[in-house]
Amino acid sequence: MAIMTIREALNQAMAEEMRRDTSIFLMGEEVAEYDGAYKVTKGLLKEFGPERVIDSPISEGGFAGLAVGAAMAGLRPIIEMMTWNFGIQAFDQIINHAAKMLYMSGGQFPIPAVFRGPNGAAHMLSSQHSQAYEAMLTNVPGLKVVSPGTPYDCKGLLKASIRDNNPVIFLESEMMYGFKGEVPDEEYLIPIGKGDIKRAGSDITLIAWNKRLQDALKTADILEKEGISVEVIDPRTLLPLDEELIFASVSKTHRVVIYEEAYGFASVGAQISDRIQKECFDQLDAPVTRVTQEFCHVPYNEHLESLILPDISRCVAAVKEVMYL
Amino acid sequence: MVQTKKGKSASGAGALSQSTHDLPDNQLIRAYKEMLFYRLFEERVLIAYTQGKFSGFCHLHIGQEALCVGVQHALQPGDYVFSELLGKVTGCSRGKGGSMHMFSKEHRFLGGHGIVGGQVPLATGVGFAIKYRKEPDIMVCYLGDAATNQGQFFESLNMAACWQLPVLFVIENNKYGMGTAISRTTSIKNLSDRALAFNMKHSQVDAMNYSTVFHHVDEIVKNMRSKNEPYLLEALTYRYKGHSVSDPATYRSKEEVKEYQARDPILTLGAVLVAKKLCTEQDLELFEEEARAKIKEAEDFADNSANPDDKEAWMHVYSD
Repeated sequence: MAIMTIREALNQAMAEEMRRDTSIFLMGEEVAEYDGAYKVTKGLLKEFGPERVIDSPISEGGFAGLAVGAAMAGLRPIIEMMTWNFGIQAFDQIINHAAKMLYMSGGQFPIPAVFRGPNGAAHMLSSQHSQAYEAMLTNVPGLKVVSPGTPYDCKGLLKASIRDNNPVIFLESEMMYGFKGEVPDEEYLIPIGKGDIKRAGSDITLIAWNKRLQDALKTADILEKEGISVEVIDPRTLLPLDEELIFASVSKTHRVVIYEEAYGFASVGAQISDRIQKECFDQLDAPVTRVTQEFCHVPYNEHLESLILPDISRCVAAVKEVMYL
Repeated sequence: MVQTKKGKSASGAGALSQSTHDLPDNQLIRAYKEMLFYRLFEERVLIAYTQGKFSGFCHLHIGQEALCVGVQHALQPGDYVFSELLGKVTGCSRGKGGSMHMFSKEHRFLGGHGIVGGQVPLATGVGFAIKYRKEPDIMVCYLGDAATNQGQFFESLNMAACWQLPVLFVIENNKYGMGTAISRTTSIKNLSDRALAFNMKHSQVDAMNYSTVFHHVDEIVKNMRSKNEPYLLEALTYRYKGHSVSDPATYRSKEEVKEYQARDPILTLGAVLVAKKLCTEQDLELFEEEARAKIKEAEDFADNSANPDDKEAWMHVYSD
C-alpha cells in the first residue's frame, strides 16, 4: 500500500491505462506542457509524447465534440475540463452527441470517452467558478456520472471509466487534489455503479460523496461522542446509482440524511430521497432529510460563501433533527 | 466590456499606427499618471494577495497598461475595486463578484466575466441594443488572445458584421492563454485576420505605447461612428506576470520578458515627458507618491469597509 494524493492516484490511473491501450489519448487546456492546471496530468506528455497528450485551444465545445468524433472512429479519448464551470460550454456535444449517439445510431456507435475535471466550489472564486453540476449531468440517459472522494476510489474508478464503452463524466474537486489516502500497489478496478460503506453504523444513514464525504465522516466522529452511531454511505457513482446499498443501510438504521454540495431543487439527493421513500417507506422512522447548498449563486465574500455552502455543523444539526434529539 | 457614450474625442488625432507622442501636454501627463496608477495599484494588490488579505484567484495585467488607458482616452468617458477584492460591501459588485466579476453600471462597465470568451456575445448584444434604440454609442469588448478560439467569438463576429453592430472587439494579445503560447493552439499568426472571414474591418496595433494606441483607436472610433460598423482590433501587448499569482510562468524565457520590459509603456512615456520638458524627474517621482497615496487611501477604505450583511447572500438571484 502506498499513501498518495488524489492528484497522484488520478495520474497513475491515466498513465497505466495509456500504457495498456494505445487508442487512449488525453486532450484539454494546459494538460501537456503545463502538466495540467492542477497538475493532475504531470509527466504524461513526457511519457506518452505530443501525439497522445495534447494541449487544446480554449475551445471546450470544439474539443469535446472532437472527442466524440474520435470515439466514433475507434479511439478512446480522455478529455480534461479545467473545471466543469468551463465544461458546460461543451454540454451540447456531451448531451446531444456523446450521450445520444449509440441510441440514435441503433447501437452502431458507442462513445467510449471520459470527460473529467473538478466540479463544485473551491474557495472565493465567486459564481462562475463554483457550481456543482451533477444534477444536470445525471439527468441525461446514456451518460455515466462518477464522483469519488478518496485516492483509492479515484484510481479504481477512473481506470474503470476509461475502459467503459460509454461516455463517462468523472467529477473531481480542486479542494481534494491534495487529499491523501492508501492505494494498493497492485492493479485494481472499481466497478462503476457500486457504492461503498465508508463507516459502519447503526442509528442513522448519512449519504455523501466527493469532497462532502470527508465532512460526513467528521460528522460521524462528532456524533459518536454523543452516542449516535452514524453509517456513512458513499455512492461513488451517481449514475447509475447503487440503490441496493442505500436501501440495505436505510433498512438497518431507519433514518437517513443526504448531504450534498449542489442545490437541493431537483438534485441527486432529491432523487435518492424519492427512491428511499418509495422502496423503504415502511422502514423509515423519520422523514428523509437533506443538507444542500442554498438556492443562490456562490458569492465571492468568504463569509457569505460559508453561509450558502453546506457544512459539518448543518450536517450535525440535520442528523440530530432526524434522531429527534 | 465598456459601453461608451458618444462624445468628442480628444484632440490630436493622427493617422493609423502613428506612434509619435505629439498629443497635448496635459493628455500625455494624464496618461502617464493613469498608467502609473494602474501599475502601482496592481503591484499593491499582489502584495495584499500574498499577505492573505484576500483569496481565490489573482490575475494581474501588469505590462498592458498602455492599451486600456489608450483606448479609454480615445473613447472619453474606480476606486471601489480594492473593496471588491477584499469582498467588502463597498466593492463595485458588493463583495459578491470578486476580481473576476467586477461591474459598474455607473461607469458603463458591463463586466468582468469569468468564462473565457463568454463576454463576446454579450458585447454583441449591447451593440444590438445600441443599434435597436438608434443610439450614438459604441460598445468596446476586450477579450484575450485565447478567447478567439472559442466558438462564440466566431458566432459573435458573424452577427456583428452581418447586422453592422457598433462593437469594437479588442483582442488583448499578450501571447499566452494561461500557460500556452497562442501560437501553439492557433492556426494563423495574426489574430486580427480572423475578421477577413466576416468581411469586417480589422488591424493590429502596438499596444506597448500609449500614443500609438490612442491615435490608432481614435481613428477607428471616428470611422465606426460615421459608418456604424463593427471593428476587430488586435492589440499586441505583453503581461509581465504569470496568468495568475500561482503561475510561475516557466513556459517562457526571461529574455522575452526583458525584451518587453525594455519597451515598458510607463517608462517610455515618462522619458517622453522629460525629453519634452513637460516634467522633471522630480515630477515623475511626485506622481508616483501621489499614486501610492491614492492606492493607500483605497486600501484603507477597503480595510475599513464592512462585510456584506448575511442577507446579501440571498439577494440578487432574481429581480423584483
